[in-house]
Amino acid sequence: MRPVYMVSGGITKFAKALPQTDFRRMVKDAFDYALADLPRLSRDRIDGSVCSYFSDHFTRQLMAGAMVQDYLGLNPKPSRRVEGGGATGGLCFQSAWESVASGRMEVCLAMGFETMGRVNTWKGNEFIALASDTNFDYPVGGFYTGYYAMMVNRHMHEFGTTVEQMAKVAIKNHLNAVYNPYAQRPGRLTVEDVRAALMVAEPLTILDCCQMSDGAAVAILASEEMAQKLGGTPVRVTGVGSGTDAMRMADRPHGEVILLPHENREEYADLKYPGVHSFRGGRVAAQNAYRMAGINDPGQELDFVELHDAYTSSEIQTCEDLGLCRYGEGGSFVDSGAPFMPNLDYGLSFSGSGKWRPLPVNPSGGLLACGHPVGATGLMQAVFAFWQLQGTIEKHLKDATLQLPDPRRGLIHSHAGTGTYITVSIMERV
Amino acid sequence: MDRNAKLPETEGGTILFNTDPIIIKHHYEVDYLHSYAQDSPFFVGLTKGKLMGSHCTGCGRRYATPRGHCMECGEPTEWVEIPGEGRVHTFTTCHFGGEAFLKETPFTLVMVEFDGVDTLFLSRLIGAKPEEVKIGMPIRARFLRNCKFKPTDVYFVPM
Repeated sequence: MRPVYMVSGGITKFAKALPQTDFRRMVKDAFDYALADLPRLSRDRIDGSVCSYFSDHFTRQLMAGAMVQDYLGLNPKPSRRVEGGGATGGLCFQSAWESVASGRMEVCLAMGFETMGRVNTWKGNEFIALASDTNFDYPVGGFYTGYYAMMVNRHMHEFGTTVEQMAKVAIKNHLNAVYNPYAQRPGRLTVEDVRAALMVAEPLTILDCCQMSDGAAVAILASEEMAQKLGGTPVRVTGVGSGTDAMRMADRPHGEVILLPHENREEYADLKYPGVHSFRGGRVAAQNAYRMAGINDPGQELDFVELHDAYTSSEIQTCEDLGLCRYGEGGSFVDSGAPFMPNLDYGLSFSGSGKWRPLPVNPSGGLLACGHPVGATGLMQAVFAFWQLQGTIEKHLKDATLQLPDPRRGLIHSHAGTGTYITVSIMERV
Repeated sequence: MDRNAKLPETEGGTILFNTDPIIIKHHYEVDYLHSYAQDSPFFVGLTKGKLMGSHCTGCGRRYATPRGHCMECGEPTEWVEIPGEGRVHTFTTCHFGGEAFLKETPFTLVMVEFDGVDTLFLSRLIGAKPEEVKIGMPIRARFLRNCKFKPTDVYFVPM
């Protein structure tokens, strides 16, 4: 394998519905933005593409990826679709990485979209729930928020996690998004706002859950030689990892924790793992990505994380899977203030625990506040991480607030199902 | 050749929501000939008031939700009756849901744990208010008399 760099990226505004543009045009807009941002990159330098969208039901069109390819003028170059539920975008990014790392392509376009505003919200929830076992899970409840609510109730039972800690995640991500013009639902919230909001599946209120979105994002990856030729400020992808677990969370084992290098067996002596409170696939994805990137203690060696916070609860669960804190400490990690942007006033007082160094999680606003057009989401994270590491947040967001002062290494995390497919990729400033 | 060929006009129309851009109603519906295949005995069990799980012939692992082959060792499983009494492993009450289930809200989902069984079972719990449901609470299975051949033919109630 050879080194792979991200050389440009683009996204559209994420919104509940973008009826003026179809999926082809959304991707085209994101693609044109990425091309304009790197003048030496012309369309003919692109060797092929990978297209990412989750649901044919939303698209009402099979082989929609082929239609994007031709709308972008990339025929007859190679292209393919990847699909893996919520992790579709992360899988797409890694598939493009493989194309370049293997030497098959010099420049590969990862492009993703979803058009969820084409059906009403509750039909959309039904489509998403079809990504659970349709014999045994879907007919019983058919609702992903219900599945995540069950997971966090068990997390609360095992570890003492609280709804207030979850609300703080909502406050963080929505306030971060106030400074991100691409975001769908920015806002200044209080713990009371989150708890008083419409109850969806106990204990998750509507402000604990991401929304349905229309939107597109692209990430362009290149070999070292091409990255040098193209100029700009490339960012190196130094690690990729992915993992899986049983589609039905009922089938998950209750065994031993999979350890990261900075953990030991004794600290988890009494924990049945992963059960329904943790994501074993996320832990394996992180383990693989850390090994490739040479990371031994992620809490010390990462500068920011863009993770798949479809729910406030899943951000807390995921911080543990990624080893930003120990299993069971996700709530305290939030209370400490470590995952918050150091330069923003969230109207919260933090525990002041010095256990964790500041490590902003979802500086962009994450899925909770940016939105979750599924096939675009994992690529949206790549784009925000890319701009963060380039130091170009002010240029692209027209506001410098979310620019971290000296970020060297970031992590992006994409997640499907109840933890069924998960990807982790590490990006580093060159 | 008929140079005046003309399609017949119809009285049908299109439901239009918007004109800029044009947004029309597109209906889509399908009936599948869906087979439960190797999982069929589970649904037969429901008609007899029995919860049928899987017992691995290789490693002995027991699954509350059936599967023809073991997830851990890959060996075939045999059918085994799961006890009708268990405990709430976790739960939630859904106030919204997918469109197909909206009319049933609020409903309570439970993951059920059973003694001697290694995995859980997703079901609905009735007969308890949301605030009355607790992790560890003993519950028992009940079965619909008029089977629908769906996993909702079994549900749980407090003991």
